[in-house]
Formats: sequence, C-alpha cells, structure tokens
Amino acid sequence: MGIEYIYPEFEVVRNSDRCIKCGVCQRQCANEVHKLDEDLNVMLSDEAKCVNCQRCVALCPTRALKIVKSDCRLRENANWSDSTIKEVYKQASSGGVLLSSMGNPNPLPVYWDKILINASQVTNPPIDPLREPMETAVFLGKKPEKIERDENGNIKCDLAPQINLPVPIMFSAMSYGSISYNAHESLARAARELGICYNTGEGGLHKDFYEYGPNTIVQVASGRFGVHENYLNAGAAIEIKMGQGAKPGIGGHLPGAKIVGDVSKTRMIPEGSDAISPAPHHDIYSIEDLRQLVFSLKEATNYKKPIIVKVAAVHNIAAIASGIARSGADIIAIDGFRGGTGAAPTRIRDNVGIPIELALASVDQRLRDEGIRNNVSLVVGGSIRCASDVVKAIALGADACYIATSALLALGCHLCRTCQTGKCNWGIATQRPELVKRLNPDIGYQRLVNLVTAWQHEIKELMGAMGINSIEALKGNRLMLRGVNMTEKELEIFNISHAGE
Amino acid sequence: MKLEGEVRIPSGCAISAVISKEGNLMTGESIIKSMIPMHDRSNGLGGGFAGYGIYPEYKDYYAFHIFYNDNISRNKCESFLKDSFEIVKAENIPIKKIPEITDVPLIWRYFVAPLASTLSRLQLDEKTYVARTVTKINNEINGAYVFSSGKNMGVFKAVGFPEDVGRFYRLDEYKGYSWTAHGRYPTNTPGWWGGAHPFALLDYSIVHNGEISSYDANRRFIEMFGYKCNLQTDTEVITYIIDYLVRRQGLTLEETANVIAAPFWSTIEKKKGFDKGKYTYLRTVFSSLLVTGPFSIVLGYEGGLMALNDRLKLRSMVVGEKDDKVYIASEEAAIRAMEPGATNIYAPAGGEAVIVNVKEGKF
Repeated sequence: MGIEYIYPEFEVVRNSDRCIKCGVCQRQCANEVHKLDEDLNVMLSDEAKCVNCQRCVALCPTRALKIVKSDCRLRENANWSDSTIKEVYKQASSGGVLLSSMGNPNPLPVYWDKILINASQVTNPPIDPLREPMETAVFLGKKPEKIERDENGNIKCDLAPQINLPVPIMFSAMSYGSISYNAHESLARAARELGICYNTGEGGLHKDFYEYGPNTIVQVASGRFGVHENYLNAGAAIEIKMGQGAKPGIGGHLPGAKIVGDVSKTRMIPEGSDAISPAPHHDIYSIEDLRQLVFSLKEATNYKKPIIVKVAAVHNIAAIASGIARSGADIIAIDGFRGGTGAAPTRIRDNVGIPIELALASVDQRLRDEGIRNNVSLVVGGSIRCASDVVKAIALGADACYIATSALLALGCHLCRTCQTGKCNWGIATQRPELVKRLNPDIGYQRLVNLVTAWQHEIKELMGAMGINSIEALKGNRLMLRGVNMTEKELEIFNISHAGE
Repeated sequence: MKLEGEVRIPSGCAISAVISKEGNLMTGESIIKSMIPMHDRSNGLGGGFAGYGIYPEYKDYYAFHIFYNDNISRNKCESFLKDSFEIVKAENIPIKKIPEITDVPLIWRYFVAPLASTLSRLQLDEKTYVARTVTKINNEINGAYVFSSGKNMGVFKAVGFPEDVGRFYRLDEYKGYSWTAHGRYPTNTPGWWGGAHPFALLDYSIVHNGEISSYDANRRFIEMFGYKCNLQTDTEVITYIIDYLVRRQGLTLEETANVIAAPFWSTIEKKKGFDKGKYTYLRTVFSSLLVTGPFSIVLGYEGGLMALNDRLKLRSMVVGEKDDKVYIASEEAAIRAMEPGATNIYAPAGGEAVIVNVKEGKF
C-alpha cells in the first residue's frame, strides 16, 4: 500500500435490485473477485483482482453485473500515460520484467484497415458464389521449376510433399501447456472436420491426439520439447519455430507450475521443472545451420513431410525469407508483431518486430524479384482478424493465413490478456482441471468449425465480387487492392495504388 | 491522360479467326469482312489482324514489324538491330492512306536472322534470343515498338475500326493459311497504336475479348521469368503465359489450356488414373497462371489456331466449319460473313480448348 498502491483498473458494477446472491460469480471467478458475506448477506467485490475477462458478466443469470473501466485516474499527461506510470510503480516494487499476454494492444497502425478491396462493375461481371463454383483450395509446398517427362512423353507428376487445404486458413501454433487439453482437442477436431491443420506449438503432441495427425503440424522449437521420431512422423508437416511475432528474438518460459501430469509427459520433462526454450536454436547460429536442420528433419521423415520455417516479422525480413527459401524449406511462416502469446515480456511484445502486412508485402516482392516465389509457400499470421484480412493477405501474396487469437475468441476467450496467470476462467489458457472442464470440446470444436466456415463464405463473396472464381487468381493480385491514408512510402512498399488512382 | 502501359485499361472486344486445315491460302479480304457485322463491338480505338503463311519468300527470317515515333527512334533501333542481326530486307509496310485512319506513325518491316556468333557467345537458342531482343527494344528504346516478331507471319494493327485497319494495311494483297482479327472497345482513349491487338511474341499471336480478374496475379508471376508487361493488357500477359508454358516449359497446347483455364477441382476429382494426377499437378504447379474472369481468346501459331474460353464461359465465342476451313468468332454473324454456308456451328464449353492444326507439310 501507500507508494505502490495502484487503484484497480476495473470496477465491478453490481445491480443489487437484480442480484439474487446465487453465487455463480463467486464460483466462476478463479481470480476470487466476488465473495458472499454470509453475515451481511451481500456480495462483495475485490476489484483489485479483476482482469475483466467477462466470465461473471456472461454467466450472471440475472444480468446484474457489468465490469467498467475505473475512472479513478492519475492526473492526465500526454507523455506519461496511466499505464506507463503504473508500470514504473510495479517495477520499482518488484525489480522484475513486466509480463503480458496476447498480442500488442497499442494504437500502432493496422494496415489491413487502410487497404480496400476491388469489385467488378460493367467491364467484367461479378460472380455469384451461390450460382457458380467458387474455389478456395490451396496447396502449400515447393513447386518444381521445370516440368519433366518420362520416356513416353508423359509429365512426371511427382510433387514435393504438400499440404492441401480446402480453405487457406490454419490454426497457428499454441502449445499444450500454454493452452488446455480441451482447447487442443477442440482445435484438433475442428481441423479434421474442416480439412485444415492445427499446430502443436512447442509442447509436443499428447498421445490422445495422434489420431488427428493428418491435420496436425508438429512444431520443433528451440527447447525441442516433446520431439521424437514418432512425433515428427505423426503430422502433415513439421514446423521449425525460429521466432514468434509477439516476442521476436527471445525464447519461451512455461513455469514449472504448469508442467503437471500430461503436460510434463508430453513435453518429456520432469513435473514442476520450468520449460525454458532458449532464444536461439543452439544448433542454428546461421542460415547454413538452418539448412542442416531442415534436411535432418527431412531425413528423419523420409522426405514425406513439408518443412515449415516460422519466423517473426523483423526489420530485415525480406532477406531472411530469401535465405529460408534457399534453405530447403517448403513453406515460410511469418508472424507479425500483433501476434498473440501466452506470456511475453511487455517491452518485447510492444516494441519489437514489424506489422505483418508490411513484412508480407516485402517478402512476396523480394521472392518474386529473385524468381523463387514458386519454390516456397508463404503463410502469414499475427494478426488475421477476419475474412477480409485473409483476402487482403492473399492478394498481397500470401498462400494461406495462420489464425490463433480469433480461434481462441471462438472458444470463448475475451482477450483479458492475462494468460500468464494460468487462471483462465474460460478454460483455455490454464491447466487447472476445474477451469479446463469449463471448455467443452464438443461445443468448442463446433464453434471453430462455424468460424472458419463463415469466413470461407465471406471469402467467396469477396472473391465473387472481384470476378475471381479461384483463390489462385487472387494470390499476389495486388491490383485488387487500394490504399487509403497511406504515405507514398507505404504505398511503395505495398506496391499498390492509392484509392482513386 | 496516361498512355497505354502507364495505366491498365480494360476493354471489350470482337474477335474472329479462320484457318484452312489443308493449308490453302486466303487473302485478308474475308477476315476483314467478318468484322463488319461486329462493328458495334469495337469503338474505333483499336483494330488489328494477324496472318500466317504470308511471307513465304522470307519464311526463314523473323519478320519484325515496328512502330516508330520518329526517325530518331528508328535510327537508334536499326543500329541496335544491326549489331546482332543479319537484316536481309528493311522496308516501309505498304499502306493505303484513308481518312478513317489518322496519326500514322512510321511503320517498318524487317526480315532478320540473329547472327550465329552472337548466339554462340550468349549460349542461347534462337527463339530465346529473339524474344529477349524484342523485350529489350520495347523496354529500352524510346519511341520504338516491335509489334510482330514471328517467322512467316505478321501482325497489322492500328487505332481505328478493324475493317478500316484491314483496308489501311491492304490485307487483300496478302495470302495466308490462317487469319485472326480483333476489334477493340477500350474504356478510355490512349490513342496509341501499340495498344491495339493482336499482341504477338515470336510466332504466337493472341486476340482476346474480355477483362481478366486474375491479371496482377498472372503478371507478377510471369514477370519472374524475364517478361515485362509494358502494356498492362490481358492479351500481353496471356501471350507471355503461353510463351512460357509452351516454349519454355514444353507443355502441349492442351496442357497449356489446362493451366490457363484449369478444370475445377470437382471435375478433377472425378477423373481417373494418370489424368487426375496430371490435372492436379498442372493446376498445383502453375496455380498462379490460372486465368479467371471473362475471356475468349484465339491463339495463332505456326501451323494452327487454338480457341479458348474462360472456365465459366463469360464471353461469347462460336466455332463453325466448311470444307477445309474452320471459323471462330465472337458472334455467328461474323462466321456467316466469311462463309454463309458454314456448318456445325457450336459454342465450345468454358475451358474447352479448340485446337485446329494445318496438316503436316501443308504450311
């Protein structure tokens, strides 16, 4: 108290006319905000613990609750914002690095919102997806540079291994450990039903989920947790995680408290030990080392699995991607600075890396300038929020998109951004059994299927309006995009015209 | 106002073509006639023709047709050509002055062969070298534009209605075994002759009706392989796609059609055995060369024609025949103008390639 006291960020507003003191809020809040004072028969709130996850609001049977932003504010200061000052207090008190979760929430430019999509008028017809075929399938992987024929003149049709997706969307990496068993089950089942892929993240693959192998991307990260031969061969593809958009240049840390039971078995580390992924892969200090890992993994899987190399979008991303494209990788995944995380140092999350839109635009162009765009597929994430973001990403040059935050939202996440506490009231970013069971995979997977299905409909509508009936004809089709509120330089990087031009 | 090439100009069009399977020669008169009933499909801002088999006496030489803004650009281009080509003949293309065609640039024709010493020094085959030369002139020599560069064939085009353009170039004086024609309806007025169609590279020429929605996806892919889309037209990019697939990747015309107007995945799913694998392979490998949006094209090449519609058949195109001749046009009326007694008139399905070749040895 005193000098380090920070007034609670949120206020719990309880309508006493409506409250029936049923205690749902108390039972639902893992943060222990609500408490029934039995002597006085009133519900009390400890607002200092509230993270505004909206669980109590959503479950209150009489709609008696709302959570509002507290209006107790420090004196206004355009330079020293409330949050900046409070962070100083916290650090002065703890001496520690500040931690945050999910993607960068700061008001930096969202370029998706400055890009507008074309439609056909008069000179060519829009196409109605309800009447005409509208194709959204993509193949991810390396394409040959030259057609070869056998002695009879027939084309040799053997392609390098590919991922075939009916819609250019995949669930991005989230480890078992950072999210719950039920969240993983929901993602795996949804991926299977949709014919797409989900991604194990760096936490290994739970034995129950091997059956979803054809719809699984298994990740190999710097900690090598859960990596063994069967694991590598279990999935549709292997992803080498070099970096993550939310925390480029640093590793990961899953606290020992979360390494319990199956999480420990799946990661192949002792219970209670911290799972620390180093910042670099200690066998990759340069691009030629990456090539060796790519081919080690290909050897281990008999060249049957495409290899994805995932990197965070950083300043020199175009050159990095060019290097990866020549490393033997089949797919490059780029994660933008808005990408989510289960925990990251706040300063890193909020200040390191660049927007995915710019990274994508320059990588796609660079690979084309070098004539190697067809040697590799490009998957982008961090953050793709809706179907029009997907369409814009494809038109800028992506082959497919990774989504994770929106998938978690579908599962019930309310973006309270406190995953690092492990007390997720929605049963997603937690390992506490009583919380995990709140997420019903039967419902969760259906909601994920609904989400992607809805996006697919919207993608088809947007394509049809442009007069495009196959997603291939949208890829890299930047003429379909126009910028608004952009500088000349931004337009130049995007290689698009301004609206009106 | 920006010129063609500085801005993308969509346009509607009329196309027409005729070929003799026996290699019988026809003057350009009939193909000109075919464009008259389709007059309203053009707006006077571009018309053109391609004739095959028209230069038998120079059939071993590349016939370069070049527009020049002035003699300065001509001198520059000619001195560039002389460095690496043997020029066996250089002349003005004969024209007839008519009031309908104005603002005539300098129009020259050269019959050339690349010097063997140049080819061996660069380790290039002849066609690649010629294609590169054309790209180089069009990109780098200001005021010079090569609009035809094949052997024993030629493109004739101008700003004007196609029937006037045909008279202007005196096409009744040429004889060819196949002809294609194009009338253009651009949506602004660039008034540049190079922007008219057909568009040609080596012996490939394309007439096209449509506005493709895949343009920039196609352009940005094909430009990886040394092509430069100067005109920003559909016809240009489609020509480069065909040149890339046929000449550089060695695909057959059928296979090329299966890339440009690829079968739907649902159709591929129903195919069996090798075909299924092949269609999947072609569509996957060349996914960025799939052309969507409305188009009907006629590709001319040495010894044949190929007609192709977009997968949804969003543009009209009919085919008919009579005796040794096959006719293709945007409208049946155009076919009837060439041959009132044409039979078997039908509209090819979307994505169905119609390939007509002159008998071996007859061209």
